[in-house]
Amino acid sequence: MTRLQRVCVYIALIFLSIPALLPMTWMVSTSLKTDKQVFATEGKAAPTVSLRSLIPSPLQLKNYPDAMSTVPFRTYLRNTVFLCVVNVFGVVLSSAIVAYGFARCTFVGKPLLFIAMISTMAVPPQVTMVPVFALFRALGWYGTYLPLIVPSFFGAPFFIFLMTQFFRTLPDDMAEAARLDGSSEWGIFLRVVLPLSRPALATCAIFQFMGTWNDFLGPLLYLNNPNSYTVAYGLQQFMSKNGGQWTMLMAGATVFTLPMIVLFFFAQKTFIQGIATTGVKG
Amino acid sequence: MPEPPVRPSRIRKWLRKNGTGLLFISPWLVGFFCFTIGPFFSSVYLSFNSYDLVHRPVWVGAANYATLLHDDPMFWQSLWVTVKYAVVSVPVGIVVGVALAILLNTKVKGQTLFRTIFYLPSIVPAVANAVVFSWILNPEIGLINGILRSLGLEGPAWLNDPKWALWSLMLMGLWGVGGSMVIYLAGLQDIPIHLYEAATLDGASAYQRLRKVTLPLLTPVIFFNLVMGIIGSFQYFTEAFIMTNGGPEGSTSFYALYLFQRAWQYLDMGYACAMAWIVFVITMVITGIVFQSQKRWVHFGH
Repeated sequence: MTRLQRVCVYIALIFLSIPALLPMTWMVSTSLKTDKQVFATEGKAAPTVSLRSLIPSPLQLKNYPDAMSTVPFRTYLRNTVFLCVVNVFGVVLSSAIVAYGFARCTFVGKPLLFIAMISTMAVPPQVTMVPVFALFRALGWYGTYLPLIVPSFFGAPFFIFLMTQFFRTLPDDMAEAARLDGSSEWGIFLRVVLPLSRPALATCAIFQFMGTWNDFLGPLLYLNNPNSYTVAYGLQQFMSKNGGQWTMLMAGATVFTLPMIVLFFFAQKTFIQGIATTGVKG
Repeated sequence: MPEPPVRPSRIRKWLRKNGTGLLFISPWLVGFFCFTIGPFFSSVYLSFNSYDLVHRPVWVGAANYATLLHDDPMFWQSLWVTVKYAVVSVPVGIVVGVALAILLNTKVKGQTLFRTIFYLPSIVPAVANAVVFSWILNPEIGLINGILRSLGLEGPAWLNDPKWALWSLMLMGLWGVGGSMVIYLAGLQDIPIHLYEAATLDGASAYQRLRKVTLPLLTPVIFFNLVMGIIGSFQYFTEAFIMTNGGPEGSTSFYALYLFQRAWQYLDMGYACAMAWIVFVITMVITGIVFQSQKRWVHFGH
Protein backbone atom coordinates (compact mmCIF):
# COMPACT_ATOMS: atom_id res chain seq x y z
CA MET A 1 0.00 0.00 0.00
CA THR A 2 1.34 3.41 -0.89
CA ARG A 3 1.72 6.14 1.67
CA LEU A 4 -1.06 8.16 0.09
CA GLN A 5 -3.46 5.23 0.32
CA ARG A 6 -2.53 4.71 3.95
CA VAL A 7 -3.27 8.34 4.73
CA CYS A 8 -6.61 8.10 2.92
CA VAL A 9 -7.57 5.03 4.98
CA TYR A 10 -6.67 6.88 8.16
CA ILE A 11 -8.72 9.90 7.21
CA ALA A 12 -11.69 7.68 6.36
CA LEU A 13 -11.42 5.77 9.63
CA ILE A 14 -11.16 8.90 11.75
CA PHE A 15 -13.96 10.57 9.83
CA LEU A 16 -16.23 7.53 10.36
CA SER A 17 -15.31 7.22 14.04
CA ILE A 18 -17.06 10.50 14.77
CA PRO A 19 -20.61 9.38 13.91
CA ALA A 20 -19.88 5.93 15.39
CA LEU A 21 -19.15 7.37 18.81
CA LEU A 22 -21.48 10.36 18.70
CA PRO A 23 -24.67 8.78 20.12
CA MET A 24 -22.84 7.33 23.13
CA THR A 25 -20.94 10.56 23.68
CA TRP A 26 -24.14 12.56 23.47
CA MET A 27 -25.81 10.19 25.93
CA VAL A 28 -23.06 10.62 28.52
CA SER A 29 -22.76 14.34 27.90
CA THR A 30 -26.52 14.92 28.30
CA SER A 31 -26.52 12.85 31.47
CA LEU A 32 -24.05 15.30 33.01
CA LYS A 33 -25.84 18.49 31.97
CA THR A 34 -28.32 20.65 33.79
CA ASP A 35 -31.86 20.83 32.48
CA LYS A 36 -31.18 24.52 31.95
CA GLN A 37 -28.41 23.80 29.47
CA VAL A 38 -30.30 21.01 27.71
CA PHE A 39 -33.45 23.05 27.23
CA ALA A 40 -31.71 26.40 26.75
CA THR A 41 -32.50 26.52 23.07
CA GLU A 42 -36.07 25.27 23.35
CA GLY A 43 -38.51 27.67 21.75
CA LYS A 44 -35.75 29.54 19.94
CA ALA A 45 -36.09 29.92 16.21
CA ALA A 46 -33.24 27.67 15.12
CA PRO A 47 -31.34 25.89 17.88
CA THR A 48 -28.00 24.79 16.49
CA VAL A 49 -25.33 22.54 17.93
CA SER A 50 -21.73 23.58 18.27
CA LEU A 51 -18.78 21.68 19.68
CA ARG A 52 -19.28 23.59 22.91
CA SER A 53 -22.71 22.03 23.45
CA LEU A 54 -20.98 18.65 23.81
CA ILE A 55 -19.41 19.80 27.04
CA PRO A 56 -21.66 19.97 30.08
CA SER A 57 -21.35 23.37 31.73
CA PRO A 58 -21.88 23.35 34.58
CA LEU A 59 -21.13 19.69 34.98
CA GLN A 60 -23.55 18.04 37.36
CA LEU A 61 -23.68 14.49 38.64
CA LYS A 62 -27.07 15.03 40.28
CA ASN A 63 -28.98 13.41 37.39
CA TYR A 64 -27.68 10.02 38.43
CA PRO A 65 -29.00 9.99 42.02
CA ASP A 66 -32.12 11.79 40.76
CA ALA A 67 -32.83 9.12 38.18
CA MET A 68 -32.17 6.42 40.76
CA SER A 69 -34.64 7.87 43.22
CA THR A 70 -37.38 8.76 40.70
CA VAL A 71 -37.72 5.08 39.90
CA PRO A 72 -36.42 2.17 42.01
CA PHE A 73 -33.39 1.85 39.77
CA ARG A 74 -31.29 -0.01 42.31
CA THR A 75 -34.00 -2.65 42.58
CA TYR A 76 -34.07 -2.95 38.78
CA LEU A 77 -30.31 -3.44 38.76
CA ARG A 78 -30.46 -6.05 41.48
CA ASN A 79 -33.26 -7.91 39.66
CA THR A 80 -31.38 -7.83 36.36
CA VAL A 81 -28.13 -9.07 37.91
CA PHE A 82 -30.03 -11.85 39.64
CA LEU A 83 -31.69 -12.95 36.38
CA CYS A 84 -28.39 -12.76 34.51
CA VAL A 85 -26.52 -14.87 37.05
CA VAL A 86 -29.21 -17.55 37.24
CA ASN A 87 -29.68 -17.67 33.47
CA VAL A 88 -25.95 -17.84 32.73
CA PHE A 89 -25.51 -20.63 35.26
CA GLY A 90 -28.55 -22.53 33.99
CA VAL A 91 -27.94 -22.22 30.30
CA VAL A 92 -24.19 -22.89 30.36
CA LEU A 93 -24.53 -25.93 32.60
CA SER A 94 -27.50 -27.47 30.77
CA SER A 95 -26.16 -26.70 27.30
CA ALA A 96 -22.79 -28.23 28.18
CA ILE A 97 -24.44 -31.40 29.47
CA VAL A 98 -26.56 -31.75 26.35
CA ALA A 99 -23.62 -30.93 24.07
CA TYR A 100 -21.58 -33.65 25.75
CA GLY A 101 -24.31 -36.13 24.90
CA PHE A 102 -24.33 -35.04 21.26
CA ALA A 103 -20.56 -34.84 20.92
CA ARG A 104 -19.33 -37.88 22.82
CA CYS A 105 -22.09 -40.41 23.42
CA THR A 106 -23.92 -42.74 21.07
CA PHE A 107 -27.64 -43.23 21.21
CA VAL A 108 -30.51 -44.06 18.94
CA GLY A 109 -31.58 -41.32 16.54
CA LYS A 110 -28.68 -38.97 17.35
CA PRO A 111 -28.20 -37.40 13.88
CA LEU A 112 -31.93 -36.80 13.53
CA LEU A 113 -32.24 -35.25 16.98
CA PHE A 114 -29.24 -33.04 16.30
CA ILE A 115 -30.84 -31.76 13.11
CA ALA A 116 -34.11 -31.22 14.98
CA MET A 117 -32.24 -29.14 17.53
CA ILE A 118 -30.56 -27.02 14.87
CA SER A 119 -33.87 -26.50 13.07
CA THR A 120 -35.56 -25.08 16.16
CA MET A 121 -33.26 -22.08 15.82
CA ALA A 122 -35.09 -21.19 12.61
CA VAL A 123 -38.51 -21.12 14.29
CA PRO A 124 -39.46 -17.48 14.87
CA PRO A 125 -40.13 -16.93 18.59
CA GLN A 126 -43.56 -15.47 17.76
CA VAL A 127 -44.74 -18.91 16.66
CA THR A 128 -44.36 -20.40 20.13
CA MET A 129 -44.90 -17.17 22.09
CA VAL A 130 -48.66 -17.45 22.68
CA PRO A 131 -48.82 -21.14 23.70
CA VAL A 132 -45.75 -20.77 25.92
CA PHE A 133 -47.36 -17.77 27.57
CA ALA A 134 -50.60 -19.72 28.06
CA LEU A 135 -48.60 -22.60 29.56
CA PHE A 136 -46.77 -20.40 32.06
CA ARG A 137 -49.99 -18.63 32.94
CA ALA A 138 -51.75 -21.95 33.56
CA LEU A 139 -48.87 -22.97 35.84
CA GLY A 140 -49.44 -19.79 37.84
CA TRP A 141 -46.03 -18.40 36.87
CA TYR A 142 -47.28 -15.10 35.42
CA GLY A 143 -45.82 -12.22 37.40
CA THR A 144 -42.93 -14.32 38.72
CA TYR A 145 -39.38 -14.76 37.44
CA LEU A 146 -39.94 -18.42 36.63
CA PRO A 147 -40.86 -17.88 32.94
CA LEU A 148 -37.66 -15.86 32.56
CA ILE A 149 -35.49 -18.45 34.33
CA VAL A 150 -36.79 -21.98 33.91
CA PRO A 151 -36.40 -22.28 30.11
CA SER A 152 -32.67 -21.56 30.39
CA PHE A 153 -32.19 -24.80 32.34
CA PHE A 154 -33.23 -26.83 29.30
CA GLY A 155 -30.30 -25.72 27.18
CA ALA A 156 -30.21 -23.25 24.32
CA PRO A 157 -29.85 -24.79 20.82
CA PHE A 158 -27.33 -22.21 19.70
CA PHE A 159 -25.04 -22.83 22.67
CA ILE A 160 -25.52 -26.59 22.45
CA PHE A 161 -24.44 -26.38 18.83
CA LEU A 162 -21.35 -24.28 19.64
CA MET A 163 -20.28 -26.52 22.49
CA THR A 164 -20.91 -29.72 20.54
CA GLN A 165 -18.56 -28.44 17.85
CA PHE A 166 -16.03 -27.54 20.52
CA PHE A 167 -16.22 -30.84 22.41
CA ARG A 168 -15.69 -32.72 19.17
CA THR A 169 -12.33 -31.01 18.70
CA LEU A 170 -11.03 -32.17 22.10
CA PRO A 171 -8.56 -35.07 21.93
CA ASP A 172 -9.99 -38.33 23.14
CA ASP A 173 -6.96 -39.78 24.93
CA MET A 174 -7.53 -38.04 28.27
CA ALA A 175 -11.14 -39.20 28.35
CA GLU A 176 -10.00 -42.69 27.41
CA ALA A 177 -7.47 -42.72 30.24
CA ALA A 178 -10.13 -41.62 32.71
CA ARG A 179 -12.47 -44.31 31.38
CA LEU A 180 -9.82 -46.97 31.96
CA ASP A 181 -9.45 -45.67 35.51
CA GLY A 182 -13.12 -46.50 35.97
CA SER A 183 -14.51 -43.01 35.63
CA SER A 184 -18.14 -42.70 34.56
CA GLU A 185 -19.20 -40.55 31.58
CA TRP A 186 -20.47 -37.97 34.05
CA GLY A 187 -17.09 -37.97 35.78
CA ILE A 188 -15.31 -37.51 32.45
CA PHE A 189 -17.64 -34.65 31.60
CA LEU A 190 -17.05 -32.91 34.92
CA ARG A 191 -13.35 -33.53 35.41
CA VAL A 192 -11.91 -33.83 31.91
CA VAL A 193 -14.11 -32.09 29.34
CA LEU A 194 -15.42 -29.10 31.30
CA PRO A 195 -12.00 -27.88 32.49
CA LEU A 196 -10.71 -28.06 28.91
CA SER A 197 -13.68 -26.11 27.59
CA ARG A 198 -13.35 -22.81 29.41
CA PRO A 199 -13.15 -20.70 26.22
CA ALA A 200 -16.37 -22.17 24.83
CA LEU A 201 -18.13 -21.89 28.18
CA ALA A 202 -16.98 -18.28 28.52
CA THR A 203 -18.29 -17.37 25.07
CA CYS A 204 -21.70 -18.82 25.86
CA ALA A 205 -21.75 -17.19 29.30
CA ILE A 206 -21.04 -13.78 27.79
CA PHE A 207 -23.69 -14.14 25.09
CA GLN A 208 -26.27 -15.25 27.61
CA PHE A 209 -25.36 -12.46 30.02
CA MET A 210 -25.85 -9.90 27.27
CA GLY A 211 -29.04 -11.56 26.12
CA THR A 212 -30.61 -11.49 29.56
CA TRP A 213 -29.33 -8.00 30.33
CA ASN A 214 -30.83 -6.64 27.10
CA ASP A 215 -34.00 -8.74 27.07
CA PHE A 216 -37.05 -6.53 26.80
CA LEU A 217 -39.84 -8.76 25.49
CA GLY A 218 -39.55 -11.34 28.29
CA PRO A 219 -40.00 -8.89 31.18
CA LEU A 220 -42.63 -7.01 29.16
CA LEU A 221 -44.70 -10.18 28.82
CA TYR A 222 -44.27 -11.70 32.24
CA LEU A 223 -43.57 -9.03 34.86
CA ASN A 224 -46.43 -7.00 36.31
CA ASN A 225 -45.05 -5.68 39.58
CA PRO A 226 -42.81 -2.58 39.28
CA ASN A 227 -40.59 -3.93 42.04
CA SER A 228 -39.72 -6.93 39.90
CA TYR A 229 -38.83 -4.98 36.74
CA THR A 230 -35.47 -5.32 35.07
CA VAL A 231 -33.46 -2.28 34.00
CA ALA A 232 -34.48 -2.72 30.35
CA TYR A 233 -38.17 -2.74 31.19
CA GLY A 234 -37.85 -0.13 33.94
CA LEU A 235 -36.04 2.28 31.65
CA GLN A 236 -38.74 1.95 28.99
CA GLN A 237 -41.43 2.52 31.64
CA PHE A 238 -39.51 5.53 32.92
CA MET A 239 -39.40 6.98 29.43
CA SER A 240 -43.08 6.39 28.71
CA LYS A 241 -44.05 8.04 32.01
CA ASN A 242 -41.45 10.81 32.19
CA GLY A 243 -40.85 11.48 28.51
CA GLY A 244 -38.77 14.55 27.89
CA GLN A 245 -36.72 14.32 31.11
CA TRP A 246 -33.70 13.74 28.96
CA THR A 247 -30.97 14.37 31.53
CA MET A 248 -32.31 11.70 33.87
CA LEU A 249 -33.16 9.34 31.01
CA MET A 250 -29.63 9.59 29.66
CA ALA A 251 -28.26 8.93 33.15
CA GLY A 252 -30.40 5.80 33.30
CA ALA A 253 -29.35 4.73 29.80
CA THR A 254 -25.68 5.27 30.72
CA VAL A 255 -25.94 3.13 33.85
CA PHE A 256 -27.73 0.49 31.78
CA THR A 257 -25.11 0.52 28.99
CA LEU A 258 -21.96 0.77 31.10
CA PRO A 259 -21.82 -2.87 32.26
CA MET A 260 -21.93 -4.03 28.62
CA ILE A 261 -19.00 -1.76 27.77
CA VAL A 262 -17.04 -2.90 30.82
CA LEU A 263 -17.79 -6.52 29.99
CA PHE A 264 -16.56 -5.92 26.47
CA PHE A 265 -13.25 -4.47 27.59
CA PHE A 266 -12.65 -7.26 30.08
CA ALA A 267 -13.51 -10.04 27.67
CA GLN A 268 -12.63 -8.43 24.35
CA LYS A 269 -10.90 -11.48 22.94
CA THR A 270 -13.67 -13.91 23.86
CA PHE A 271 -16.18 -11.44 22.46
CA ILE A 272 -14.59 -10.92 19.08
CA GLN A 273 -13.56 -14.53 18.61
CA GLY A 274 -16.94 -15.78 19.75
CA ILE A 275 -18.79 -13.54 17.34
CA ALA A 276 -16.41 -14.25 14.52
CA THR A 277 -16.58 -18.03 14.87
CA THR A 278 -20.36 -18.06 15.28
CA GLY A 279 -20.68 -16.01 12.15
CA VAL A 280 -18.34 -18.01 10.01
CA LYS A 281 -19.37 -21.43 11.15
CA GLY A 282 -22.98 -20.62 11.96
CA MET B 1 -54.36 -55.23 27.37
CA PRO B 2 -51.32 -57.27 28.37
CA GLU B 3 -48.02 -55.96 27.09
CA PRO B 4 -46.00 -58.39 24.98
CA PRO B 5 -43.34 -59.80 27.28
CA VAL B 6 -39.94 -58.29 26.79
CA ARG B 7 -36.93 -60.00 28.21
CA PRO B 8 -35.37 -57.73 30.82
CA SER B 9 -31.90 -58.37 29.46
CA ARG B 10 -32.87 -56.75 26.16
CA ILE B 11 -34.07 -53.61 27.90
CA ARG B 12 -30.91 -53.57 29.91
CA LYS B 13 -28.83 -53.96 26.77
CA TRP B 14 -30.71 -51.15 25.03
CA LEU B 15 -30.30 -48.94 28.07
CA ARG B 16 -26.60 -49.66 28.30
CA LYS B 17 -26.19 -48.65 24.69
CA ASN B 18 -28.42 -45.57 24.66
CA GLY B 19 -29.12 -44.67 28.28
CA THR B 20 -26.11 -42.48 29.04
CA GLY B 21 -26.42 -40.42 25.88
CA LEU B 22 -30.14 -39.96 26.25
CA LEU B 23 -29.67 -38.97 29.86
CA PHE B 24 -27.14 -36.32 28.83
CA ILE B 25 -29.44 -34.81 26.22
CA SER B 26 -32.55 -35.18 28.39
CA PRO B 27 -32.63 -31.52 29.52
CA TRP B 28 -32.88 -30.40 25.93
CA LEU B 29 -35.28 -33.21 25.03
CA VAL B 30 -37.71 -32.18 27.78
CA GLY B 31 -37.42 -28.51 26.84
CA PHE B 32 -37.83 -29.36 23.18
CA PHE B 33 -41.20 -31.00 23.84
CA CYS B 34 -42.46 -28.50 26.43
CA PHE B 35 -41.26 -25.21 24.96
CA THR B 36 -40.86 -25.89 21.25
CA ILE B 37 -42.68 -28.83 19.69
CA GLY B 38 -45.70 -28.70 22.01
CA PRO B 39 -46.23 -24.94 21.60
CA PHE B 40 -45.40 -25.24 17.90
CA PHE B 41 -48.37 -27.52 17.27
CA SER B 42 -50.73 -25.85 19.72
CA SER B 43 -49.96 -22.63 17.87
CA VAL B 44 -51.23 -24.25 14.66
CA TYR B 45 -54.36 -25.32 16.50
CA LEU B 46 -54.87 -21.91 18.12
CA SER B 47 -54.56 -20.16 14.78
CA PHE B 48 -57.89 -21.79 13.85
CA ASN B 49 -59.49 -20.59 17.06
CA SER B 50 -60.75 -17.45 18.65
CA TYR B 51 -58.77 -17.31 21.88
CA ASP B 52 -58.41 -14.58 24.49
CA LEU B 53 -56.30 -16.44 27.12
CA VAL B 54 -59.13 -16.25 29.67
CA HIS B 55 -61.86 -18.30 28.01
CA ARG B 56 -61.49 -21.64 26.29
CA PRO B 57 -60.45 -21.45 22.63
CA VAL B 58 -63.41 -21.47 20.23
CA TRP B 59 -62.96 -23.15 16.85
CA VAL B 60 -63.50 -20.69 14.00
CA GLY B 61 -61.98 -22.60 11.11
CA ALA B 62 -59.94 -20.52 8.72
CA ALA B 63 -61.64 -17.29 9.77
CA ASN B 64 -58.46 -15.76 11.21
CA TYR B 65 -56.58 -16.38 7.97
CA ALA B 66 -59.49 -15.09 5.89
CA THR B 67 -59.65 -11.88 7.93
CA LEU B 68 -55.91 -11.44 7.70
CA LEU B 69 -55.82 -11.75 3.96
CA HIS B 70 -59.01 -9.94 3.03
CA ASP B 71 -60.21 -7.59 5.78
CA ASP B 72 -57.18 -6.34 7.64
CA PRO B 73 -55.36 -3.45 5.99
CA MET B 74 -53.12 -3.19 9.07
CA PHE B 75 -51.79 -6.70 8.38
CA TRP B 76 -50.75 -5.71 4.86
CA GLN B 77 -49.43 -2.42 6.16
CA SER B 78 -47.22 -4.20 8.72
CA LEU B 79 -45.99 -6.64 6.10
CA TRP B 80 -45.18 -3.77 3.75
CA VAL B 81 -43.35 -1.80 6.46
CA THR B 82 -41.28 -4.86 7.34
CA VAL B 83 -40.43 -5.63 3.72
CA LYS B 84 -39.44 -1.99 3.09
CA TYR B 85 -37.22 -2.07 6.15
CA ALA B 86 -35.60 -5.35 5.11
CA VAL B 87 -35.10 -4.32 1.48
CA VAL B 88 -33.29 -1.12 2.50
CA SER B 89 -31.54 -1.89 5.76
CA VAL B 90 -30.22 -5.39 5.04
CA PRO B 91 -28.28 -4.52 1.86
CA VAL B 92 -27.14 -1.16 3.25
CA GLY B 93 -26.00 -2.89 6.44
CA ILE B 94 -24.04 -5.42 4.40
CA VAL B 95 -22.38 -2.76 2.23
CA VAL B 96 -21.43 -0.59 5.20
CA GLY B 97 -20.28 -3.57 7.27
CA VAL B 98 -18.12 -4.96 4.45
CA ALA B 99 -16.70 -1.53 3.65
CA LEU B 100 -15.73 -0.91 7.27
CA ALA B 101 -14.20 -4.38 7.52
CA ILE B 102 -12.14 -3.80 4.36
CA LEU B 103 -10.93 -0.45 5.69
CA LEU B 104 -9.98 -2.05 8.99
CA ASN B 105 -8.25 -4.94 7.28
CA THR B 106 -5.69 -2.65 5.63
CA LYS B 107 -3.31 -3.33 8.54
CA VAL B 108 -3.09 0.29 9.57
CA LYS B 109 -1.75 1.11 13.00
CA GLY B 110 -4.46 1.26 15.64
CA GLN B 111 -6.56 -1.39 13.94
CA THR B 112 -7.68 -2.74 17.32
CA LEU B 113 -8.69 0.73 18.49
CA PHE B 114 -10.77 1.42 15.37
CA ARG B 115 -12.31 -2.02 15.52
CA THR B 116 -13.39 -1.27 19.09
CA ILE B 117 -14.77 2.14 18.09
CA PHE B 118 -16.93 0.67 15.32
CA TYR B 119 -17.94 -2.35 17.34
CA LEU B 120 -18.94 -0.61 20.59
CA PRO B 121 -22.19 0.99 19.34
CA SER B 122 -23.53 -2.47 18.50
CA ILE B 123 -23.33 -3.67 22.12
CA VAL B 124 -25.47 -0.81 23.42
CA PRO B 125 -28.65 -2.53 24.64
CA ALA B 126 -31.65 -2.08 22.34
CA VAL B 127 -33.66 -0.29 25.00
CA ALA B 128 -30.84 2.17 25.75
CA ASN B 129 -30.38 2.73 22.03
CA ALA B 130 -34.08 3.43 21.62
CA VAL B 131 -34.04 5.95 24.47
CA VAL B 132 -30.87 7.67 23.25
CA PHE B 133 -32.05 7.91 19.64
CA SER B 134 -35.44 9.24 20.70
CA TRP B 135 -33.48 12.09 22.21
CA ILE B 136 -31.00 12.51 19.35
CA LEU B 137 -33.84 12.56 16.80
CA ASN B 138 -35.89 15.08 18.76
CA PRO B 139 -36.99 17.48 16.00
CA GLU B 140 -36.57 20.65 17.98
CA ILE B 141 -33.61 20.32 20.33
CA GLY B 142 -32.20 16.97 19.20
CA LEU B 143 -28.59 16.51 18.19
CA ILE B 144 -29.08 15.60 14.53
CA ASN B 145 -31.32 18.50 13.63
CA GLY B 146 -29.00 20.78 15.62
CA ILE B 147 -26.07 19.65 13.49
CA LEU B 148 -28.09 20.00 10.30
CA ARG B 149 -29.06 23.55 11.27
CA SER B 150 -25.43 24.40 11.92
CA LEU B 151 -24.85 23.34 8.32
CA GLY B 152 -27.72 25.52 7.21
CA LEU B 153 -30.21 22.68 6.65
CA GLU B 154 -33.58 22.16 8.27
CA GLY B 155 -33.99 18.52 9.26
CA PRO B 156 -37.29 16.64 9.18
CA ALA B 157 -39.36 15.79 12.25
CA TRP B 158 -37.89 12.25 12.08
CA LEU B 159 -39.93 9.95 14.32
CA ASN B 160 -42.91 12.33 14.33
CA ASP B 161 -43.20 12.46 10.56
CA PRO B 162 -44.93 9.52 8.83
CA LYS B 163 -42.69 10.05 5.82
CA TRP B 164 -39.49 9.90 7.88
CA ALA B 165 -40.16 7.62 10.85
CA LEU B 166 -39.19 4.38 9.09
CA TRP B 167 -36.10 6.04 7.61
CA SER B 168 -35.14 7.14 11.10
CA LEU B 169 -35.18 3.54 12.30
CA MET B 170 -33.20 2.41 9.25
CA LEU B 171 -30.65 5.13 9.94
CA MET B 172 -30.44 4.10 13.58
CA GLY B 173 -29.84 0.50 12.49
CA LEU B 174 -26.51 1.56 10.98
CA TRP B 175 -25.09 1.94 14.47
CA GLY B 176 -25.60 -1.79 14.97
CA VAL B 177 -23.50 -2.71 11.96
CA GLY B 178 -20.42 -3.36 14.12
CA GLY B 179 -21.59 -6.85 15.01
CA SER B 180 -21.58 -8.05 11.41
CA MET B 181 -18.46 -6.00 10.63
CA VAL B 182 -16.52 -8.16 13.09
CA ILE B 183 -17.76 -11.26 11.27
CA TYR B 184 -16.66 -9.84 7.89
CA LEU B 185 -13.31 -8.89 9.37
CA ALA B 186 -12.76 -12.45 10.57
CA GLY B 187 -13.75 -13.66 7.10
CA LEU B 188 -11.24 -11.28 5.50
CA GLN B 189 -8.47 -12.41 7.79
CA ASP B 190 -9.14 -15.99 6.73
CA ILE B 191 -8.34 -15.18 3.11
CA PRO B 192 -4.87 -16.57 2.39
CA ILE B 193 -2.34 -13.87 1.62
CA HIS B 194 -0.88 -15.83 -1.30
CA LEU B 195 -4.07 -15.27 -3.30
CA TYR B 196 -3.44 -11.53 -3.18
CA GLU B 197 0.23 -12.00 -4.01
CA ALA B 198 -0.67 -14.14 -6.99
CA ALA B 199 -3.24 -11.59 -8.16
CA THR B 200 -0.73 -8.76 -7.79
CA LEU B 201 1.90 -10.72 -9.75
CA ASP B 202 -0.68 -11.18 -12.49
CA GLY B 203 -1.02 -7.41 -12.58
CA ALA B 204 -4.40 -7.08 -10.89
CA SER B 205 -5.24 -3.59 -9.67
CA ALA B 206 -6.53 -2.97 -6.14
CA TYR B 207 -10.06 -2.76 -7.52
CA GLN B 208 -9.67 -6.04 -9.40
CA ARG B 209 -8.30 -7.75 -6.29
CA LEU B 210 -11.33 -6.53 -4.35
CA ARG B 211 -13.71 -7.61 -7.10
CA LYS B 212 -12.13 -10.97 -7.94
CA VAL B 213 -10.53 -12.14 -4.70
CA THR B 214 -11.91 -10.40 -1.61
CA LEU B 215 -15.62 -10.21 -2.39
CA PRO B 216 -16.04 -13.75 -3.79
CA LEU B 217 -14.27 -15.24 -0.78
CA LEU B 218 -16.43 -13.17 1.54
CA THR B 219 -19.70 -14.39 0.03
CA PRO B 220 -20.31 -17.19 2.59
CA VAL B 221 -20.23 -14.65 5.40
CA ILE B 222 -22.32 -12.17 3.41
CA PHE B 223 -24.78 -14.96 2.73
CA PHE B 224 -25.01 -15.76 6.44
CA ASN B 225 -25.67 -12.11 7.29
CA LEU B 226 -28.23 -11.77 4.51
CA VAL B 227 -30.25 -14.68 5.87
CA MET B 228 -29.97 -13.45 9.46
CA GLY B 229 -30.85 -9.89 8.39
CA ILE B 230 -34.04 -10.98 6.63
CA ILE B 231 -35.11 -13.15 9.56
CA GLY B 232 -34.21 -10.31 11.93
CA SER B 233 -36.44 -7.84 10.09
CA PHE B 234 -39.45 -10.00 10.86
CA GLN B 235 -38.45 -10.02 14.54
CA TYR B 236 -37.83 -6.26 14.72
CA PHE B 237 -39.73 -5.20 17.80
CA THR B 238 -38.07 -3.47 20.73
CA GLU B 239 -37.00 -0.22 19.07
CA ALA B 240 -40.30 0.19 17.23
CA PHE B 241 -42.29 -0.56 20.37
CA ILE B 242 -40.39 1.99 22.45
CA MET B 243 -39.77 4.78 19.95
CA THR B 244 -42.93 4.94 17.87
CA ASN B 245 -45.25 2.10 18.89
CA GLY B 246 -46.06 1.74 15.22
CA GLY B 247 -46.86 5.39 14.57
CA PRO B 248 -47.15 7.94 13.21
CA GLU B 249 -50.03 6.78 11.01
CA GLY B 250 -48.83 3.19 11.09
CA SER B 251 -45.65 4.10 9.23
CA THR B 252 -43.50 2.00 11.60
CA SER B 253 -46.03 -0.73 12.30
CA PHE B 254 -43.58 -3.61 12.00
CA TYR B 255 -44.89 -7.13 11.64
CA ALA B 256 -43.66 -8.33 15.05
CA LEU B 257 -45.04 -5.19 16.66
CA TYR B 258 -48.49 -5.55 15.10
CA LEU B 259 -48.52 -9.21 16.10
CA PHE B 260 -47.71 -8.23 19.68
CA GLN B 261 -50.46 -5.62 19.69
CA ARG B 262 -53.04 -8.08 18.36
CA ALA B 263 -52.04 -10.59 21.02
CA TRP B 264 -51.53 -8.48 24.12
CA GLN B 265 -53.49 -5.31 23.51
CA TYR B 266 -56.55 -6.84 21.80
CA LEU B 267 -56.09 -10.30 23.41
CA ASP B 268 -56.62 -11.74 19.97
CA MET B 269 -54.35 -14.74 20.55
CA GLY B 270 -55.72 -16.94 17.79
CA TYR B 271 -55.24 -14.14 15.30
CA ALA B 272 -51.68 -13.59 16.57
CA CYS B 273 -50.92 -17.28 16.11
CA ALA B 274 -52.19 -17.11 12.54
CA MET B 275 -49.91 -14.11 11.96
CA ALA B 276 -47.00 -16.00 13.50
CA TRP B 277 -47.63 -18.90 11.15
CA ILE B 278 -47.66 -16.64 8.16
CA VAL B 279 -44.34 -15.13 9.19
CA PHE B 280 -42.96 -18.61 9.72
CA VAL B 281 -43.94 -19.59 6.19
CA ILE B 282 -42.66 -16.32 4.74
CA THR B 283 -39.33 -16.71 6.53
CA MET B 284 -39.01 -20.30 5.35
CA VAL B 285 -39.79 -19.36 1.75
CA ILE B 286 -37.38 -16.42 1.67
CA THR B 287 -34.64 -18.42 3.35
CA GLY B 288 -35.30 -21.21 0.87
CA ILE B 289 -35.00 -18.84 -2.08
CA VAL B 290 -31.80 -17.32 -0.71
CA PHE B 291 -30.39 -20.80 -0.12
CA GLN B 292 -31.33 -21.79 -3.67
CA SER B 293 -29.67 -18.69 -5.06
CA GLN B 294 -26.45 -19.29 -3.14
CA LYS B 295 -25.26 -21.83 -5.72
CA ARG B 296 -24.93 -18.99 -8.16
CA TRP B 297 -23.09 -16.49 -6.03
CA VAL B 298 -21.65 -18.06 -2.88
CA HIS B 299 -18.15 -19.49 -3.13
CA PHE B 300 -17.43 -22.04 -0.43
CA GLY B 301 -13.90 -23.15 0.25
CA HIS B 302 -10.73 -21.49 -0.93
